[in-house]
Amino acid sequence: MTNEPAILTHALAKSYGSAEAVRRLDLSVGLNRITAFLGRNGAGKSTTIKMLLGLVRPSSGEGTVLGKRIADPEENREMRRRVAFVAEDKPLYGYMTVEQIIRFARSFYPDWRIDVERTLLRDYELPTHRKVANLSKGMRTKLALLLAFARRPELLILDEPSEGLDPVGIESLLQTLVSQSADGVTVFFSSHQIAEVERVADHVCVLDQGCLRLDAPLDSLRELYRRIDLVFAFPPPEREFQISGVESIRTNGRQMSLFVSGNAEAVTERAHNLNATSVEVTRVGLREIFLETVREN
Amino acid sequence: MSFRLTPTTGQPLYLQLMQQIRHAAETGALQDGDQLPGIRTLAEELVVSPNTVVKAYSELEHEGLLELRQGSGAFVCVKRRTKSLASHVQMARRRMRDIVDQLREDGLLDEEIRRVFEAELLCSVEIVGKR
Repeated sequence: MTNEPAILTHALAKSYGSAEAVRRLDLSVGLNRITAFLGRNGAGKSTTIKMLLGLVRPSSGEGTVLGKRIADPEENREMRRRVAFVAEDKPLYGYMTVEQIIRFARSFYPDWRIDVERTLLRDYELPTHRKVANLSKGMRTKLALLLAFARRPELLILDEPSEGLDPVGIESLLQTLVSQSADGVTVFFSSHQIAEVERVADHVCVLDQGCLRLDAPLDSLRELYRRIDLVFAFPPPEREFQISGVESIRTNGRQMSLFVSGNAEAVTERAHNLNATSVEVTRVGLREIFLETVREN
Repeated sequence: MSFRLTPTTGQPLYLQLMQQIRHAAETGALQDGDQLPGIRTLAEELVVSPNTVVKAYSELEHEGLLELRQGSGAFVCVKRRTKSLASHVQMARRRMRDIVDQLREDGLLDEEIRRVFEAELLCSVEIVGKR
């Protein structure tokens, strides 16, 4: 197995007129893991994904997906055979029935996994004889996911896959992502649902206003980020705490609250040296990390 | 054997899983020679990345609590380990009781003791590494 990333971009950018949707993005998505692409609505996630797939032409910069250059039409075609993509709006042939569209898709892919097809058809409770045009939004999503999962792709790219699914649907989606990953499929999915990302992701990339703000293994975030609450007998000197790793400081009277992305022990040491009357260190979840990351910008 | 992971606490999931397996071995819920679910099975059951299970299993193998056999899964080996561990835990409990008694005598409330304790644990985590 090579160590080449599944997705690699260099200074990838897209502008629409004067609006910069994606700014000089350096993204590297590793193989054999689940990477979540997290961001608020309009952060540039979909634009990025469309550029990766060759559906939108970058304004500048470059990138490869499975080693194939995204701007090269020939290489792009080859890449698309090995990548399954579920778009945000899930465009499907409305005049076909569920059964017909599955048979249609199956005929294109020699590696089609009939076992996955059957399992998901049952789990997702899809009505096989109904026309795609008459499916609910959640069912369309499930059908699009089934078509992608059964293809045995090397890389799965999903744009907001849980959008429109109810909690039961989200649960089976996450379960399928996990089993695909266990089969060796690399998963890259965009989301603004922190709860689902927090459960299944190995790696998190946070995009905000077109810029990559965070790119790290989820476990490192959990091990390094801390909230530190301090109390002093006198108004605390903020300057003393402006050290590497301290992302934000909020002072309120004698209380001081720090959000750190590392270096927590140096902060607590300083606090003790300055005779803090109370030093509290707490872990933070992804929600707080995400909110802090997109807040400061 | 059932495990329950809490993704929102900020503690890495593989560490939570390791702790629960260790705990199960200490309480006897898991005994020597017991087989743990395969990586895929457990990942699907807990709905976590398979890498989370891989990491927990391989760290526990490193600690000597698990034996990973090619193709047949993960097996618990507790004999040597837990006995000494169990006595350590008992000793720790006694020492901890003394400390807690002392702190209560000093006038600290349980809630304050808990916070001091947790802050201390979290700080040393960073220095010692993970555990």
